Amino acid sequence: MSIQVLQSLLDGILMGGVYALAALGLSLIFGVLKITNFAHGAMMTVGMYVVYALASGLGFNAYLALPFAMILMFVIGFLIQRFPIHYIEHAPAHNQLLLTLGMAYILENVLLVIFTPNYKTLTVDGFEKALRIGNLTVAPAKLVAFAVVVFVTGCIYFILYRTHTGNSIRASAQNDTGAKLMGINVRNIRAIAFGLGAVCTGIAGGLLTPIMSIYPTLGESFQLKCFVIAVLGGMGNLWGALLSGLLIGVIESLSSYYLGGSWSEMLIYGIFILILFVRPTGLFGRGNRREN
Amino acid sequence: MEGEIVVKTKRVEQGTLLILLVIALIFPLLSERYMLSVGISILIMALLGQSWNIMSGYAGQFSFGHAAFFGLGAYTSSILYIDFNISPWVGMIAGMCVAALVGVLIGFLSFRYKLRGDFFALVTLAFAEILRVLFNNTKALKGATGILIPYKDAWKEFQFANDRIFYFIILGMVILATLFIGVMSRRKFGIFLIAIKENQEAAGSLGVPVLQYKLVAMAISAAIAAMAGTFYAQYYGFIDPTVVFVSSISVEAIVPCIIGGAGTLGGPLLGALVIIPLQELSNNLFEGINGMNMIIYGVLIVLFVVFCRDGIYGTVIRRLKGARS
Amino acid sequence: MEALKAVDICKSFRGNMAVNHASMDVKAGEITGLIGANGAGKTTLFNCISGYYPATSGKVVYKGEEVQHKTAQHLCHMGIARTFQIAKPFGMLSALDNVAVGGYNKAKSRKEAYQIAEKSLEMVELLDRKDNLAMLLNTGEQRRLELARALATQPEVLLLDEVMAGLTPTESREMIKLIKKVNNAGITILMIEHIMPVIMSLSNYVYVMERGKMIAQGLPEEVANNPKVIESYLGKGLEVE
Repeated sequence: MSIQVLQSLLDGILMGGVYALAALGLSLIFGVLKITNFAHGAMMTVGMYVVYALASGLGFNAYLALPFAMILMFVIGFLIQRFPIHYIEHAPAHNQLLLTLGMAYILENVLLVIFTPNYKTLTVDGFEKALRIGNLTVAPAKLVAFAVVVFVTGCIYFILYRTHTGNSIRASAQNDTGAKLMGINVRNIRAIAFGLGAVCTGIAGGLLTPIMSIYPTLGESFQLKCFVIAVLGGMGNLWGALLSGLLIGVIESLSSYYLGGSWSEMLIYGIFILILFVRPTGLFGRGNRREN
Repeated sequence: MEGEIVVKTKRVEQGTLLILLVIALIFPLLSERYMLSVGISILIMALLGQSWNIMSGYAGQFSFGHAAFFGLGAYTSSILYIDFNISPWVGMIAGMCVAALVGVLIGFLSFRYKLRGDFFALVTLAFAEILRVLFNNTKALKGATGILIPYKDAWKEFQFANDRIFYFIILGMVILATLFIGVMSRRKFGIFLIAIKENQEAAGSLGVPVLQYKLVAMAISAAIAAMAGTFYAQYYGFIDPTVVFVSSISVEAIVPCIIGGAGTLGGPLLGALVIIPLQELSNNLFEGINGMNMIIYGVLIVLFVVFCRDGIYGTVIRRLKGARS
Repeated sequence: MEALKAVDICKSFRGNMAVNHASMDVKAGEITGLIGANGAGKTTLFNCISGYYPATSGKVVYKGEEVQHKTAQHLCHMGIARTFQIAKPFGMLSALDNVAVGGYNKAKSRKEAYQIAEKSLEMVELLDRKDNLAMLLNTGEQRRLELARALATQPEVLLLDEVMAGLTPTESREMIKLIKKVNNAGITILMIEHIMPVIMSLSNYVYVMERGKMIAQGLPEEVANNPKVIESYLGKGLEVE
């Protein structure tokens, strides 16, 4: 294997981690609320700008800003579920799609009004120089991002599998009515799940702030990728989302290396269409695919 | 004999359309260049809306990728014009055929694999994105630089110095599309489409050829979107993949139907008539603040989906027919 | 003569045999009943016959032709119509338009389709509601609408899936009269029912299913006195009597 292949493999895995976290949020929201969230890219952008604002406005270190971003994203997600998502939970799929699309326009353009459409870059002290490992080079920001992804994912799993709230979330993902009968406050649980989804997505966005220049519609370019990953992993299947996030990251960077960036993009959309046709439940078995 | 409800609904429908028609005919005589361009924007959106209306409003197959058909229309006529000197009028027909074929292909694959709801929407979105990337990176398709249509004032070239002619052409297209839907909705084709939307299995068990009807609806819908695409290219004189293949075009096809009422004859027209002026207004009101008009757009979508799911016109029609919302 | 024959039908869902080698004949001009407790597999068998989904194995023969691989849509063109257990009206279409959808099956023109539709609505006594949206009709009316739609396709064989479900006693009695009327017009009927008295009063011949298998068949009186059937049906029988 040539050094370039190894290099793009490494880049792919590191970026794939960030994709995985963003898609984990999407899949979690779909699993519990059965909503295909078209405001996902916009929520990611909100995460980017929250980190940017805390770091450049208040002088935080970008990574120290993350815990605050987490809390803020949770609150934003919680509130968005309360209004307006709550009102369309049993509406036909296309109404949910439209509503979340409307939310995306609102979020993106509020950012546009506040931060202007100009590109913003954030540099972290001491992170300017790329690290060398043998013949490979790695941007420190990407390494840290991957570490944070692992940590946040761990937290999410701890919450979902080791806490009472987590049990309730998983119960209502399986069976809403059943959960209600068990005395679970489904309405709160849904809001919390949406909040957690927003945290995953927002942090994934925030981790990109030190890596790339950001602008208010940047999230859109990640949105479809998140759909690809979540569907590939099986909508609602969290492990699936993580694995296929890494997979898409690697496919993207290897195919960019061999075919060039735009063909790589087409390849990924092609995979997406193929999966939707042939195996809409995803590579890793059933998630919570809704009938119809 | 037609009953009271049917007659009353018909009267309201015809009355609304007549009023809209009169407004549309008088408008260009009273307005200057800027207002005329606003009128043309309204009509382009109305045409896109009617296109989406057939496939998604009537037949219930929710498309999130009408940009694909719009772009194919714009590109087919423009490439034929630039490279082969074929009149855009002929190119428009060609573009409509190309779009219809692509629509049928997307539909056939999706329906064969039984995709519905949001998964169908995602497939249409993915196809539009693939076309965008493809056109953006293929030299033969003019790549990212796009196409500049040279200006020649002549009927044969589908170009006019006088914007009023453009206005009446797009108005004619909208009238044609609306007439088509109006006639269709009272006949076998329209009744079958609504039956398919309401319950596919039941429709099939009554002998409705579900797949064929869905595909025909997609083909017609795609062809009308392509027509709008060609008009767009000729009127604005410039297209590139980030203008015609983007999801905002797909959204422009959906939103007038949602605001006005999907699956109704006058809904998309009324929707476009509300949205475009509102956006122009907010552009003037918040001059210099980028994004305010899009925030209003987003708020409008959210409010309508939550509080007025059938749209302005759709709600009226439902009430007339006695349905609770 | 049989209008419709099901031969050795099996249907399994993920290894679960819902229908296990079931056979039945539907004689032309008669009303054939298919009974069984909930979960006996009658609806599954019914769905295989009506082309809703294909059987895992076995044959369906209609007028001498094997039709087990045909879709519901195709069967409808051939003259087999069905109703659904849960009525599926096209809510935003008027009652008349609903029935016209079926009318187009055989009609050559719009006019003819609507004539057929009006006649069908008249038959089920819904003509006065023809301009109302289907969603505004009540359960009993929606069920009659469903029947009218199926009739409008001008079938030779009509498959009825629990047409009595959810009806009030008065509505049930009217429905029974209606089914007799339809049958007298020369239409062969296969109906699923779990209410014994209904099937006993209507059917010429009865099949009984239990756990995916045919356990008995015969004239209504024979079946009613069959010990196996009584055992299988005891709970239900008591409940209804």
